Amino acid sequence: MKIGTPKEIFEGENRVAMTPDSAVQLQKLGYDCAIESGAGAAAGFSDALYEAAGVQIIKTAAALWKEVDIVAKVRQPDATELKRLSKGKTLISFFNPAGNEEGMAAAKSKGANVIAMEMVPRISRAQKMDALSSMANIAGYRAVIEAGNNFGRFFTGQVTAAGKVPPAKVLIVGAGVAGLAAIGTSTSLGAITYAFDVRPEVAEQVESMGAEFVYLDFEEEQQDGAATGGYASVSSPEFAAAQLAKFRELAPEMDIVITTALIPNREAPELWTEDMVAAMKPGSVIVDLAAEKGGNCKLTVKDEKIVTENGVTIIGYTDFPSRMAAQASTLYATNIRHMMTDLTPEKDGQINHNMEDDVIRGATVTFEGDITFPPPPPKVQAIAAKSKEKPKELTPEEKRAQEVAAFKAQTKNQVTLLTVGGLLLLLVGLVAPASFMQHFIVFVLAVFVGFQVIWNVSHSLHTPLMAVTNAISSIIILGALMQIGSGSFLVILLAGLSVFMAGINIFGGFLVTRRMLAMFQKS
Amino acid sequence: MEFGFTTAAYVVAAVLFILSLGGLSGQESAKRAVWYGIAGMGLAVFATLIGPGAGLWLLSLVLIAAGGIIGTYVAKRVQMTEMPQLVAAMHSLVGLAAVFVGFNAHFELVNVLSMSEEARHGLEGFAALLAHKSPVEQNILRVELFLGIFIGAVTFTGSVVAYGKLAGKVTSAATKLPGGHMLNAGAAALSLICLIWYFNSGGFLPLLIMTLAAFFIGYHLIMGIGGADMPVVVSMLNSYSGWAAAAIGFSLGNDLLIVVGALVGSSGAILSYIMCKAMNRSFISVILGGFGGTTGPAMEVEGEQIAIDAEGVAAALNDADSVVIIPGYGMAVAQAQQSVSELTRKLRAKGKNVRFAIHPVAGRLPGHMNVLLAEAKVPYDIVLEMDEINEDFPDTDVAIVIGSNDIVNPAAQEDPNSPIAGMPVLECWKAKQVFVSKRGQGTGYSGIENPLFYKENTRMFYGDAKQSLDKLLPMID
Repeated sequence: MKIGTPKEIFEGENRVAMTPDSAVQLQKLGYDCAIESGAGAAAGFSDALYEAAGVQIIKTAAALWKEVDIVAKVRQPDATELKRLSKGKTLISFFNPAGNEEGMAAAKSKGANVIAMEMVPRISRAQKMDALSSMANIAGYRAVIEAGNNFGRFFTGQVTAAGKVPPAKVLIVGAGVAGLAAIGTSTSLGAITYAFDVRPEVAEQVESMGAEFVYLDFEEEQQDGAATGGYASVSSPEFAAAQLAKFRELAPEMDIVITTALIPNREAPELWTEDMVAAMKPGSVIVDLAAEKGGNCKLTVKDEKIVTENGVTIIGYTDFPSRMAAQASTLYATNIRHMMTDLTPEKDGQINHNMEDDVIRGATVTFEGDITFPPPPPKVQAIAAKSKEKPKELTPEEKRAQEVAAFKAQTKNQVTLLTVGGLLLLLVGLVAPASFMQHFIVFVLAVFVGFQVIWNVSHSLHTPLMAVTNAISSIIILGALMQIGSGSFLVILLAGLSVFMAGINIFGGFLVTRRMLAMFQKS
Repeated sequence: MEFGFTTAAYVVAAVLFILSLGGLSGQESAKRAVWYGIAGMGLAVFATLIGPGAGLWLLSLVLIAAGGIIGTYVAKRVQMTEMPQLVAAMHSLVGLAAVFVGFNAHFELVNVLSMSEEARHGLEGFAALLAHKSPVEQNILRVELFLGIFIGAVTFTGSVVAYGKLAGKVTSAATKLPGGHMLNAGAAALSLICLIWYFNSGGFLPLLIMTLAAFFIGYHLIMGIGGADMPVVVSMLNSYSGWAAAAIGFSLGNDLLIVVGALVGSSGAILSYIMCKAMNRSFISVILGGFGGTTGPAMEVEGEQIAIDAEGVAAALNDADSVVIIPGYGMAVAQAQQSVSELTRKLRAKGKNVRFAIHPVAGRLPGHMNVLLAEAKVPYDIVLEMDEINEDFPDTDVAIVIGSNDIVNPAAQEDPNSPIAGMPVLECWKAKQVFVSKRGQGTGYSGIENPLFYKENTRMFYGDAKQSLDKLLPMID
């Protein structure tokens, strides 16, 4: 089969879905590769490079769409491009299925199979084709660079002959992939970096990147990100209020604010209000990575850079990956190539569109004339839940009921045992003489005490326990000692031997136990 | 000295023994607990020596001292890896002593009964006790000492065989004489007949025959149990030696013997129960020896064992953040615990998270691995139990299996036909990489093929555990 990539027709889009490198890999899977002339030019890949990699150059988009079986591109296809689809063709691209019903309908009516790259489920196995993450990584990096470009000072603090330079303070809101990339870039440039996220479990990741996590003084059971595919979910009004209060407190100190807070399929939450912008120092920069979905700051203008009255620059670009087209294309093309690898298990150049596969099923939005969006939840959970699967939250009543039931069962057990044991004892008592019963009571009590005591012995001390009980069992020496005074020679001999053997055991057993226990030590 | 004093001393001694066992609930309090035990034992012996019935002081003390010297010598000299053998050997001593004491009780009884009424009044101590017994009590006494001798004899030969197996002097495989369990049942039936005979005649002959039969049972029972079940066997014998002491205590009318015997007996019983549960086997099936019959053919193991050299292991360890080490009997055999400790120290110095996963039946004795690691100065707070660590394996970069086999066998979970199906195992194959240090390609103690060795993320690090680790150590930097 042939896989081809047309030139992106979206205004200002510089990326390309196939690079000479990825083409070589795709050919190893058994595919023929084709590309529209000039498709990689904006990303720095000339036609000559593609040709050298064995890629067929096709002059026009129309010819390419006609000739290939699989189309790989970056941006969501427009109406013209969708018209070019036909039955049996496979399109791999960003598709925005949640907001692109017409697109899906068009693809469905054409009978084409569409794989939407943003729908790749967030499971470990699919990370290699997670284009959202690879693009977010670039966006995070670029956001810091863009901010630095518009910020009039150093990031790092310096003491020079010409005076002291204070370090820049950067606040990053939202520690997803983009946020973490921004944190890494910002700290490596030398800024003092703070980061905030509604998911408290990412604090560790934030700190691992060298930033300081901003904690709220707020007690609320935050939903575990693992349940929502690693994305943040909507927070309660109280939480949002506490969060804004914290930001207000931080606003005057911050030189650069990068907001990356997005909730899937929703308007971006407003986190940086106008009064916070007003409180910031002149010359400060805000980069709003959520501009596409309305922005985390309401002053943000999509795709533009504005300067507020008090001299704060707000950057609302949405094309950060495209601004680093070479890098973005390389990563995206690799994501596409990995997707193709999963689609071609036999490496024979034929697509095997396996709808049983969690990843392929999840990413497919139309398949053989059907709309298959939204996909069923993946069988594998997105992120291994950190804490052991939390037991279902039981209501207090249920808990109470359970406890009562357990208590009853225990009582029943114990009462049965006690009754049976008591009856047996009574039976013995009926026939046995009193002198025997005296000893027997002692015996039963001792067994009971033994059971109670031994259950508490810790696992690691089982060997010392054996040694100690072994030493103690040489109490048999008492019997021998009591008999040794008897007149008969045979008795003295046997008793003497017993005393001797028990003596070995006493000393050996206790000494060995001491030796063992002395070795246990804490780190 | 008064009888009252002896009893009082016995009460104190009994309390000390209980405290001694109870103190073993924690590593720190355990150090104190041993002293309680020693004090209790000293007090008990002292009180008995000066109490009624004892005589030949000097001889007793000399014998204790002589035994003590030998015991001290052995305890000082023994290697920690030889601990299972030592414990087993010591059990045999207690068993034999119980048999002798039981015989003595019988002789005394015969002796006393043959005396005239007047002569009986002149008796002292144990003999006096016997003299005052009614005929019913004498019968009970016979049953008691019969039981004591029986259990003691089983303990004696059983422990000797267990010692031989653990020390490698007897083949560790489960071997049975032709006739199998029928022989045991026959010997047990013979003992029962002897009991009735003895009950009626009161002669020494049935006692002797029973002792021989019990010797045989002990020998044959333990011979039929495979090496992998030895932890259960050792704790079971420990339990027996306790019950033997308790039975003798009954016949001698000595409460301290009863109390301590019962303590030791229940302790051993609980330990055996814990071990059996850890292997998902019933106590009966362990005692009856060998692994239970399988219900179908075992799963075919596919793939091959891929070997790796020390460089490969070192590279993986240098890259890893979290490492879990799973020691087994092979580590004990190769005396590799010092090298393991050194490896742990080096990895920890590099800030890696190193932990140990101990299966409840790892080794040949309950808690065997803990003792060895403690000897090599591995801090005990990084040594974890199976339940504590099993769920961490998916987040572990490298799992190192050192000389263990059955306790990391995935067949227990994956193959319902496997003889060890259902036994809880350490799920080390869930780690990103597994290295297995092993002498060769052979199967483990239970003789079961281990699919772990064929897994994609498993690499076999062949060679003696100690030499392999020593080769590895200089490469960790």
